[in-house]
Amino acid sequence: MDPIEIVKRIKNKFPDEVLWFRCFREECDITVKKDKIREILTYLKNTPTLDFNYLIDLTAVDYLGFREPRFDVVYHLMSIKYRHRLRIKAQVPEQACCISSICDIWNTAEWFERECFDMFGIEFTGHPDLRRILMPEDWDGFPLRKDYPVFSDLADKEWSTFKELKEKAKQWKGNED
Amino acid sequence: MKTDTTRELLINMGPQHPATHGVLRLVLEVEGEIIKKCTPYIGYLHRGVEKLAEDLTYVQALPLTDRLDYLSSIINNVGFCLAVEKLMGINVPERAKFIRTMMSEMARICSHLVWIATHALDIGAMTVFLYAMRDREKLLEMFEMVTGARLTVSYPRIGGVRCDINDKFLEELDKFIEEFPSKVEEYETLIDRNRVWLKRTIGVGVITAEEAINWGLTGPTLRGSGVYYDVRKFFPYDAYDKVDFEVPIGKNGDVYDRYKCRMLEFRQSAKIIKQCIEKLPTGPILAEESPRIRMPSSPLKINKEDIQFEIYNDDKNAEDFIKKFTEVYASVEAPRGELGFYIVCDDSAKPYRMRVRAPSFVHAGVLPKLCEGSLIADVIANIGSIDIVLGECDR
Amino acid sequence: MMETFYIILITILKTALYFGVLMLHVAYATYAERKVIGHIQLRLGPMVVGPHGLLQPIADVIKLIFKEDIIPSNVDKKIFTIAPLISLTAALSTFAVIPVTDKWFIADINVGILYVLGILGVGTYGIIFAGWSSNSKYAFLGGLRSAAQMISYEVALAMSIVGVIIMAESFNLTEIVNRQAQYPLGMFLFPQIIGYFVFIVAMLAETNRVPFDLPEAETELVAGYFVEYSGIRFSLFYLAEYLAMFCMSALATICFWGGWTIPPFLLKIFPFLSIVPGVVWFLLKVYFHMFLFFWFRGTLPRYRYDQLMAIGWKVLIPLALFNIILTSLIKYYS
Repeated sequence: MDPIEIVKRIKNKFPDEVLWFRCFREECDITVKKDKIREILTYLKNTPTLDFNYLIDLTAVDYLGFREPRFDVVYHLMSIKYRHRLRIKAQVPEQACCISSICDIWNTAEWFERECFDMFGIEFTGHPDLRRILMPEDWDGFPLRKDYPVFSDLADKEWSTFKELKEKAKQWKGNED
Repeated sequence: MKTDTTRELLINMGPQHPATHGVLRLVLEVEGEIIKKCTPYIGYLHRGVEKLAEDLTYVQALPLTDRLDYLSSIINNVGFCLAVEKLMGINVPERAKFIRTMMSEMARICSHLVWIATHALDIGAMTVFLYAMRDREKLLEMFEMVTGARLTVSYPRIGGVRCDINDKFLEELDKFIEEFPSKVEEYETLIDRNRVWLKRTIGVGVITAEEAINWGLTGPTLRGSGVYYDVRKFFPYDAYDKVDFEVPIGKNGDVYDRYKCRMLEFRQSAKIIKQCIEKLPTGPILAEESPRIRMPSSPLKINKEDIQFEIYNDDKNAEDFIKKFTEVYASVEAPRGELGFYIVCDDSAKPYRMRVRAPSFVHAGVLPKLCEGSLIADVIANIGSIDIVLGECDR
Repeated sequence: MMETFYIILITILKTALYFGVLMLHVAYATYAERKVIGHIQLRLGPMVVGPHGLLQPIADVIKLIFKEDIIPSNVDKKIFTIAPLISLTAALSTFAVIPVTDKWFIADINVGILYVLGILGVGTYGIIFAGWSSNSKYAFLGGLRSAAQMISYEVALAMSIVGVIIMAESFNLTEIVNRQAQYPLGMFLFPQIIGYFVFIVAMLAETNRVPFDLPEAETELVAGYFVEYSGIRFSLFYLAEYLAMFCMSALATICFWGGWTIPPFLLKIFPFLSIVPGVVWFLLKVYFHMFLFFWFRGTLPRYRYDQLMAIGWKVLIPLALFNIILTSLIKYYS
């Protein structure tokens, strides 16, 4: 199906939600408001003529300084039957940095959302087990945010747990003597 | 007062364990030998490739992708290059396309050889390991002939490949491909008709087609469940639409079917390479507009006329925003599944955001589903059959 | 008085000789294993120490002796230290009754077979103790697996020999060998082919070898019950395992392959073979069985725990029982 037609159908179904769409190199992305993201995705998955049964990817992009709301949560959908792909982007502001989880629609979203939370600090409400996944559990900050320090003085600081561990090791060594 | 309580035995498998293929850590809650709960922990190999790429130019970011799935680095490079080529609108010369396809399939054979080696070793058949390594060595030597490196080759370039292949290489490759199917048969005689192997794999770690799609599995792991999905066929890239090959499909979605799918892929890969050698056209190997490493700071030239958009709200900045950020998603069929690169470009020479959709990451997530209720020995078989590489999983 | 002293002295000397020869055998069994598997796997095996790596076992022994003996904290120290000794002692004691020729043995007792089976069972304690005292979950699971496996397969092992005992009408190992002369090819192998099959399978399981090496499954339990051991204690377990393999091979040789006797048909074709001493035949047969162990290791994957149990109880034991009934019926009516 022509991607523009898919966009039109979504637009007709959710007239207030769609903010804009864009086509570039035969790829279409639709930017929507975050509130009804579950409904939109469920609609896309369950409509037989669209049949987006496959969630390829879920991630986020940080547009700090370029746009308000700051984040986009990006969903890549695909239909195995019709062989088409679609990108849905939901805008998430920095304040109230949350969006509803879609774990129950696609199981695969569970880890993607955890990663997204780990890297961007976006909270997925309704996620059964929202923990850090790639970074250590007690890590400060969200690495893939654009304001995460890369070259700053913070980089020289020691990771607090490592410091504690070194202290402990010293104590332990002291006890042994 | 002490009361008698019973509790499950917690087994910490990994990150240092001979069968977790790197640094995967599984916490198993077992009752006897039966697994009640399995929790995977990943991230021990997290290097922040996505963050690193934001500070490098597109050309410089290419070697980072080698380190994702180090067993098939060329396919990773190709995936990244495809995304950037799509973004910049570069047309790759035909010869380069065929060379890439050929090398990709060589990498797939390489990667599958490591898979069969370790999978069989995990289940206890030691000998297959060395048989597979013998043949992998030949392929690695051929990689070395062309690229100068054996594992992390960084051979493709944005818009083509780095250097041309010569006749000696083609001769060697042809010889290898001639005898490779008989080598595959050799592995199969060792394990495929072995009663112990069949007992350990048939009916173990079953995942149905619907579940597999729901869990986002790709590659042979998905096809083992009987779902026909292959990026090479669905969204052809490079020269895959010009060669003839089949996509093997399983039925039951157990460890054996996944094993069988990969074994059949060996033969299909050999077939593709053979066709590539025959059809290899002459001509340039690198596109004219390919970005060179000496010009790191020149911004990308993206024709803004290509962007087609429609705005449905009254946001005044929206148009500027849409025109500033262009984005593409390109994927390749890596040996493990769909490897996708999602790149957001802000017109500078560096990617604004590079996202790697790693099949291993998704597959590691399905482990609890596969393992719960089975025995400890099945965990090992399952890890082997989903074939994860932690470098790609943790990025 | 003098005579008793003489007997004791002879026994001690014999034991020392047995011990020395056995140690040498174990050392070179590791070498042979590495070589055999190496060649199966398109490798050469050890090649560096000595010509064709012949001195490798000696280098290994020296390394193991001088390695630091690590005892992890929180282990049950007494049991931890005693466990390898139990395993080793059990494995060594079996050789007291195993006759190499009709004149060469340390003790010729009337219930030789029962003694061997009983003592081998004791070895299991060493493994369970090691698994329990190590305070490690992997070792613990390995120990438990081993206990279950040994108990199940000991039944099958003992039952597979009952047929031999019925035919030989004796528990004495020397007597069993002598009785085989009247049978075709001078061995119990063909009349007792079912028993031999059950014995071979149970023998692999009893010694924790591939495809039944679950207690030490490398890829699942890292190393199983001896995961926490190192240095000399580790090598004691290793020693015990190889001694048990030799013991099983010797038992198979004696019970099914006619021990030190030469197959009569061979003697008919090549009469000069009679000058070859019996001990050579005995060793050749033992080496063949040892080769079987290595061969299986090079080719077979590993069974799963529940499948192992199913084979033991649902296949081997009924088969052994059928064999016993068949043998007794034939014995009764002929």
